[in-house]
Amino acid sequence: MKPVEIAKGIYDVGVNDWNIRDFHGYSTHLGTSYNAFLIVDSKIALIDAVKKEFADELIDNISQIVDPRKIDVVISNHTEMDHSGGLARIMHRVGEDKPLYCSKMGQKNLSLHYPQHFNYHAVENGETLSLGHHTLTFMETRMLHWPDSMFTYVNEEKILFSSDAFGQHYAGFEKFDDRMLDDIMPHAKKYFANILLPFAPLILKLVEQVTAMGLDIRMICPDHGILWRKNPGKIIDAYVRWSRQDAVRKAVIVYDTMWHSTEKMAYAIADGLSEQGVAVHPMHLRKWDRSDIMAEILDARAVVVGSPTLNNGLFPTLGDFLTYMKGLKPKNKIGAAFGSYGWSGEAVKLLTQELEGMKFEMIDPGVKVQYVPDEKAIAACFELGKKIGLAM
Amino acid sequence: MDRYVCTVCGYVYDPALGDPDSGIKPGTRFEDIPDGWECPVCGAAKSDFEKE
Repeated sequence: MKPVEIAKGIYDVGVNDWNIRDFHGYSTHLGTSYNAFLIVDSKIALIDAVKKEFADELIDNISQIVDPRKIDVVISNHTEMDHSGGLARIMHRVGEDKPLYCSKMGQKNLSLHYPQHFNYHAVENGETLSLGHHTLTFMETRMLHWPDSMFTYVNEEKILFSSDAFGQHYAGFEKFDDRMLDDIMPHAKKYFANILLPFAPLILKLVEQVTAMGLDIRMICPDHGILWRKNPGKIIDAYVRWSRQDAVRKAVIVYDTMWHSTEKMAYAIADGLSEQGVAVHPMHLRKWDRSDIMAEILDARAVVVGSPTLNNGLFPTLGDFLTYMKGLKPKNKIGAAFGSYGWSGEAVKLLTQELEGMKFEMIDPGVKVQYVPDEKAIAACFELGKKIGLAM
Repeated sequence: MDRYVCTVCGYVYDPALGDPDSGIKPGTRFEDIPDGWECPVCGAAKSDFEKE
């Protein structure tokens, strides 16, 4: 990917990872990008490095604008290796003695990743750095989404380099929101649901702080995907909405099945929900990636979970999914469980306990059916769907 | 002595262990930690902790 000038003297020198499909267990159907930014002024600054295997491509991109040795300062907004893996190679080219700006937690975390003794400069929240014409302000944004996370703001251009926040896993030739319009929003939503959701209360606090500061933002440049230049307010508003976890009349039915019995139950529950006018998404755990399911769950009011009983326990994919969902801490959900069994039938009880542990409001003890659901059992599932719909 | 959990990252302050890296000796009650103390994992404020 060639460098793109995003404002006078400011370039996106990042790279596209076109073919990645599994990003630490998150499905990236359209690949992703590792954005990095170069500010050319009296002093030259590089913001963020890229994943290790793309370091040479980043150096090539920088070299199309300036000799990398002319870079005066490197800034690390986030320690995670898709943004710091290239640091050792970059610092070697830029000059090992050049200052590496990061947050206090960034210094701690980078030194736990890399043995090199970089010339760290740990910034205070609100500290500024003048590059000549441009002044940078550093804002600590701890746990958005790692302890080290920070934003870098260019005062004159009103550009916010927001690290992973407001990002989307998307690789394309389009670099800006105005080229993608609403097509980018599902990717931004999925990113929020899978990366930022556990920290939703912090996001609301941060937006409040930024609003109180009267910070004017003309462009938001995250480290993944497109840059928000036409309407940065749109993604901020979406983050507020997603952080509040306002739900719509939607139910996600997450299930697995061995001989289609639990699946028949899922479809009957879906019919009951539909009758109540609820948008319903039955999602089979071996057909849908966990990250796509979470994107759907983000604004759903109900999550209905089904599992066959396998050897006195849950079907294994449910263990994967429930562990994943628990860590993401979804709030304000109602739930119910269901499943088919052969002889012992523990799954519904186990699912109910798990969902209760996540503070879901359970609206029914759940429906369990021995072997294959008959007409009566299907009717009970339909009624469960209706009951969930009425509870919304 | 009560243990306290960081509501931001999940770190648990155990009075029996203290937080020696930040100068908090083992045996220090959470209530007796100075207000300027921060979560050693994520840097959250003392006020962001809740009783376990």
